[in-house]
Amino acid sequence: MKQFSYVIQDPLGIHARPAGALGKAAKPFAGTVISVAKGDKSAKVTQLMKLMGLGVKAGDTVTVTAEGPDEQAAAAAMEQFFKENL
Amino acid sequence: MKIMQGQGVSKGIEHGTIYFYHRCAAKVEKRTGAHRQEEEARLERAKERSARQLGEMAEKARAEAGDEAAVLFETHAMFLEDEDYLAAMDELLEQGFNAEYAVQQAGEKFASMLASMEDSYMQARAADVRDVTGRILNNLMGVVEGGIHADGPVILAAEDLAPSETIQLDKSKILAIATQKGSGNSHTAILARTMGIPAVCGLGEEFNEDFHGRQAYIVGETGQVILEPDGEMLASLEARRAKQEETRELMRTMVGQEDVTLDGKQVHVYCNIGSPEDVASVLANDGQGIGLFRSEFLYLAAQDYPTEEEQFRAYKEVAAAMQGKRVIIRTLDIGADKQVDYFHLHKEENPAMGVRAIRICLNRPQVFRTQLRALYRASAYGKVAIMFPMIASVWEVKECRRACQRVMDELTAEGIPFNPDTELGIMIETPAAVLIADELAQLVDFFSVGTNDLTQYTLACDRQCNDLGKFFDPHHPALLRALKMTADAAHQAGIWVGICGELAADLSLLPTFLAMGIDELSVTPTAVLPLRAAIRKSIAKTCTLERLNS
Repeated sequence: MKQFSYVIQDPLGIHARPAGALGKAAKPFAGTVISVAKGDKSAKVTQLMKLMGLGVKAGDTVTVTAEGPDEQAAAAAMEQFFKENL
Repeated sequence: MKIMQGQGVSKGIEHGTIYFYHRCAAKVEKRTGAHRQEEEARLERAKERSARQLGEMAEKARAEAGDEAAVLFETHAMFLEDEDYLAAMDELLEQGFNAEYAVQQAGEKFASMLASMEDSYMQARAADVRDVTGRILNNLMGVVEGGIHADGPVILAAEDLAPSETIQLDKSKILAIATQKGSGNSHTAILARTMGIPAVCGLGEEFNEDFHGRQAYIVGETGQVILEPDGEMLASLEARRAKQEETRELMRTMVGQEDVTLDGKQVHVYCNIGSPEDVASVLANDGQGIGLFRSEFLYLAAQDYPTEEEQFRAYKEVAAAMQGKRVIIRTLDIGADKQVDYFHLHKEENPAMGVRAIRICLNRPQVFRTQLRALYRASAYGKVAIMFPMIASVWEVKECRRACQRVMDELTAEGIPFNPDTELGIMIETPAAVLIADELAQLVDFFSVGTNDLTQYTLACDRQCNDLGKFFDPHHPALLRALKMTADAAHQAGIWVGICGELAADLSLLPTFLAMGIDELSVTPTAVLPLRAAIRKSIAKTCTLERLNS
């Protein structure tokens, strides 16, 4: 299991557009479960609506977890994605 | 006269016939004991068809309204693959319900989940889930979506419009949009804005089908629908419409044209902006660069000093969006009329002449360093230029340059990319700077004249004081002579000079600016095209400096 924490910078938080883009970015790692957690709630990147339902806002800290055969590469790709887009 | 008040979500004014749009919403039946595999196969086909339609719509949106609008439909397509959404449908199919009922229930479950969130942006996303759900249902039931069956363009009216409906409707038939429900956050509002269609939402039940076929004015600025306006109102509405037509004509004829006089003198027409959101307006009005990006918004909106990372993102966003066109970012200019609590500035008797702008930065090297680091980091992503405000002395500029050098050394040591040739300029807004412009010109790459402050300091007229009236005269020969001295000093030293104060957009002074050889004029985005039209009609050689004498 690979994990990293990130403080959201985007003023709108994880809204529809980045949530969609996040799902797209995670597609190459289909065999790996990638999830985003805020506090005690979490959603997989394939659960787009639930992910938006976390209500992640600017300044919130999220923990991103990747678990599966590609976890190393998936976590690296996700970290890059968060830094560039969120 | 009848005026209905809603929320204006997209600017513009239009007059036309109201056309109530009808959605062919088929009624969903609830059946049990359905054949599991059959229903699953039907649902699968409907989903595939929906995905294909959404793909086509994304392309249409990209062509008509840009990437931003296209992403919306791509996001809708991702909803189609949402694990929970699909699982909710599957569960109902498993219980023996028909596909239509399963889709409708699943859609409602997630739409109401989003609608119950506190954030108004997320609430508006419920409409997106319903839109996608409606699409699958239409495909399941073979419903063809309704269009506009009218001869000429109309004011499109509806209870509410889903984004997919807005993009699918024939734009040549839509003058404006008016809806009972909806908000400024809805994607329909966003689409209307990007397509430049005036729109008013949230008119309430008062705005109903009884108005179908009636003539009305839609005013996006005020959020009003006006029927049978009386004489005075009619005159004001028509005057606004004429002004709007003039602007559209400029858009049609001036976008894509060069800013050059009849005799070939090039003047760069740039824009003044206050936040990254303003870039859309710069691009829409075909601004050739940004002549003044006020960085204050980062400080004024915050409760505490903005971090290097926050600043870097904002500068980078603008630099990248301008795609290699010059972006001049002015360093912090607070104090005087712009106060920020967490700076704990002392209360001053006369803040316009107090510790403000560059004086704060030079007194607080850490604040300055953070901003300069963010600016230099952003320079790797576009053509960034840095501009220092309120310069009065040579030593100030030298100190700014040293601070820049230190930041560049740091970034080099840390291996962070930046452009070492980033242009450095200063604002000319104090009489002192005008008088020593020849010396200052040796130290920088460009000048930009801030006429608002320069007027205040040259004429000893407080710009915040409303009673000064005729004494506050930005056309005063003293001010114009100061501009001429600045321009001459710049050109003598081989650097360029611009104007970023309000005077830059003053068309009556354009001949004077051309006679001085001003190289750049930075104006509010909506002033770009009128200015361009005026420049293209001018002959620089015949312009004179007669205004420099009383």
